[in-house]
Amino acid sequence: MDQLISQIIEPYYLRIIILFGINLIMVLGLNLITGVTGQLSMGHAGFMSLGAYTSAILTMHLGVPFYLALLGGALMAALFGLIIGVPALRLEGDYLAIVTIGFGEIVRVFFLNFEPGGKAVGLAGIPKETGFTLVAVIAIVVIVCMARLLNSRMGKALYALRENEIAAAACGVNTTRLKVMTFMLGTFLGGLGGGLYAHYRYYISPVDFDFSRSIELVNMVVLGGLGSIPGAILGTAILTALPEALRVVADYRMLFYGALLVLMMVFRPNGLLGDIRLYDLKKRWSKRWGKKKEAKPC
Amino acid sequence: MLVLNLKHISQEFGGLRALDSVDLGVEQNTIFGVIGPNGAGKTTLFNLITGIYQATEGELFFNDQKINGLSSYQVARLGIGRTFQNIRLFKRLSVEDNVRVAFDWTQAAGMLSSVLGLPRYRREKKAARETIAELLELLGLYERRMEYADSLSYGEQRRLEIARALAARPALLLLDEPAAGMNSTEKAELMELILRMRSGMKLTILLVEHDMQLVMNICERIAVLDYGRKIAEGTPQEVKNDPQVVRSYLGGEP
Repeated sequence: MDQLISQIIEPYYLRIIILFGINLIMVLGLNLITGVTGQLSMGHAGFMSLGAYTSAILTMHLGVPFYLALLGGALMAALFGLIIGVPALRLEGDYLAIVTIGFGEIVRVFFLNFEPGGKAVGLAGIPKETGFTLVAVIAIVVIVCMARLLNSRMGKALYALRENEIAAAACGVNTTRLKVMTFMLGTFLGGLGGGLYAHYRYYISPVDFDFSRSIELVNMVVLGGLGSIPGAILGTAILTALPEALRVVADYRMLFYGALLVLMMVFRPNGLLGDIRLYDLKKRWSKRWGKKKEAKPC
Repeated sequence: MLVLNLKHISQEFGGLRALDSVDLGVEQNTIFGVIGPNGAGKTTLFNLITGIYQATEGELFFNDQKINGLSSYQVARLGIGRTFQNIRLFKRLSVEDNVRVAFDWTQAAGMLSSVLGLPRYRREKKAARETIAELLELLGLYERRMEYADSLSYGEQRRLEIARALAARPALLLLDEPAAGMNSTEKAELMELILRMRSGMKLTILLVEHDMQLVMNICERIAVLDYGRKIAEGTPQEVKNDPQVVRSYLGGEP
């Protein structure tokens, strides 16, 4: 399958598509935390690096099969999600943002000094196991599961947490438990993406997972639309493809991201597809249509 | 039988005593009013009952079960529903979903069965759909069930809060200033609705309200709070003629 695909699509574009898929898996995780439940997490790269290093070390040094290692990396990230989430999510407000920024830095500095991870030099020679098919299958499974979750009553309760936590609790929603669970689920996907990334890039180092990577992921969620799955896909697609198109001005990428966030806050605070529903679109179309019909007899 | 029984409840915020040794007993299937000047501690009382605050002193019983120390969601699952003085809807959820979130959590399907669509989830979904349609019909919101909650008019938003509070089939309903900002027609409708809910759903209703016409008309018993103390309790007639109540709240000739 992968061979067939690589014959059809040019390697350069295939690379971008695979990176888009990996990013998408992580962005869907972050979207669940930040977009749906409204808990701002700024350390997703930390969870990504936990997944990347754990799975890479498992396959390289311990000879664990790739799929198990991938799962191990994701579980490691979720475990740390639990450890960070339990104290931080009990507090209201922006504590989680601060705690996760700190956590991302701690993880980065840890891997800078971590002997089995190659310290600052990084880890080279990771078996290349990630291919188009695997990424596509995982991404589709994640999208389907996420869509089912968000459409269920449980999913609506998660949105309710974002909208009004006190009212959600008064409706019988166990707010702390749901926040911790979604945080773990989101960090699991972050670790999964990290594991896929490590086994795609052949080489990883702490620089790959710095703060700007976290911001990039947050940007993808915010640009597409908080809490929206089509939004997450759109945001990821734009921000994965755009840096490629803007290679000439790569030095100004952070400037561009900052400006993008400001513009979004001003013009579309809910993101491109943030609160657009099929129902509203249908209503708008039918109105337009209805008017035309009425106009005809005159 | 007392549905709600508060014994010597006190609540302190720092040095401020918002509630001072309040006793309150609410009989089953009654409409009980709490009135008093602004800052008397009425909303504090509600927040205490629903677990948003924890009482500094005293004991709270709901159907003979002690509810001190329970968190908000646990109290809600026991069967106490509430509305808020400043409307707290889930603005970017549809009307229907607002009610759906509050549907009985005691037998809720977990995340996994929601994703996989297991029988438990399907059963819950079906039961929820019927209850929600019924409630929205009762409160006259069925036509607007797909709208976002924040696109409703003020009166509709107030009604949606009530619908949401009823979704879990509570035994006790707390209404925090349900008539605030309503015109006289809407108030009349609200009174009728409260009476209808009480008899139709075997509800006990505890309400805080400043509109004396509404309170005196539908409440069977009234407690009056002032500076965190209960200064009177009785039937509307008794409370209306209580000299201390007239002096501190109602005004006019004592």
